[in-house]
Amino acid sequence: MVFVGSDGQLTVPTAVKIVIAGGFGTGKTTMVGSVSEIPPLKTEELLTEAGVHVDDLAGIEGKDTTTVALDFGRITINTKVVLYLFGTPGQNRFWFMWDELATGAIGAVVLVDTRRLDSSFPSIDFFEHRGIPFVVAVNCFDGAQLYTVDEVRHALDLDEAIPVVLCDARDRESSKTVLVGLIEHSMNRLAAV
Amino acid sequence: MTAREDWWYDEAAGPLVRPYAMVRGRTRPNAPDLHLVTQVRVSAFASDQTSLTVEHREIMALCTRPLSVAEVAAYLDVPLIVVKILLSDLIERGDVIVQNSSPQIPDRDLLQAVLDGVRGI
Ligand SMILES: Nc1nc2c(ncn2[C@@H]2O[C@H](COP(=O)(O)OP(=O)(O)OP(=O)(O)O)[C@@H](O)[C@H]2O)c(=O)[nH]1
Ligand SMILES: [Mg+2]
Repeated sequence: MVFVGSDGQLTVPTAVKIVIAGGFGTGKTTMVGSVSEIPPLKTEELLTEAGVHVDDLAGIEGKDTTTVALDFGRITINTKVVLYLFGTPGQNRFWFMWDELATGAIGAVVLVDTRRLDSSFPSIDFFEHRGIPFVVAVNCFDGAQLYTVDEVRHALDLDEAIPVVLCDARDRESSKTVLVGLIEHSMNRLAAV
Repeated sequence: MTAREDWWYDEAAGPLVRPYAMVRGRTRPNAPDLHLVTQVRVSAFASDQTSLTVEHREIMALCTRPLSVAEVAAYLDVPLIVVKILLSDLIERGDVIVQNSSPQIPDRDLLQAVLDGVRGI
């Protein structure tokens, strides 16, 4: 394998990532799209019909397979750093994807729709158990802002240290503010250990 | 059925014939450290491309600038496992260079750079 720098000239940037998680239809793809510099891209992992991750094509020829799609966007930070934003797959059964997404991530935004708070419980559990920094962003679907931030915090049984913010995933500035909040939260967590 | 599904799920030939053929029967990447965001780009010493397949050449054309494995897979419209195998070939040939690390939790300086960058968009 040829590594960076061994050819003395070309290098590649450092890549970092943020996970945009949450229940089905909470605005994950919308948020990725509103801050990404490119229209969101889609990449697919192969699964067997039984839902097992295919990381080796041996024996797969001719078998029925299915795919799980991930959408993602990109923000070029500078010539040395590039940030990727990954929306998690809607279906919770693809936990192996979540593991790959979460490994080395700056942290996660868990999007919440207050009409279906429970749909975001699995995301919150996932990041809590793995000790990955996350913020909760309440996506304000029109006329659906039924609860205050404190009520959401209480309903989701969130620790005081977890930031909870209101947002509109369609709005670039609003989504930017959420990302800034997450990165600051990550930095605080780093400082605390 | 979309155009994409159409070309690799070939109903007459059966599922997965196309991606399997594309990697010429190889089943796993020999460069195992390729992750979603791993950066790849064409090396300064890319060798003669005449023996390369169309897909390999497509990757060479795309990666004249640094891209992630996920971006290459998305632009080529092939499953990640397939693009990892194809990239492995090019890395082995020395045609493509790759980031030498698995994803790591960013340190404070890197987080600060990302914070400044996101604030600036
Ligand atoms: N009113 C309003 N609609 C929104 C907002 N965010 C997303 N939507 C709409 O809600 C729907 C779902 O948004 P998506 O971004 O596709 O949600 P998702 O979480 O990616 O959905 P899945 O990937 O299917 O789980 C779309 O029709 C969006 O246009 C918002 O902040 N306000
Ligand atoms: Mg989506």
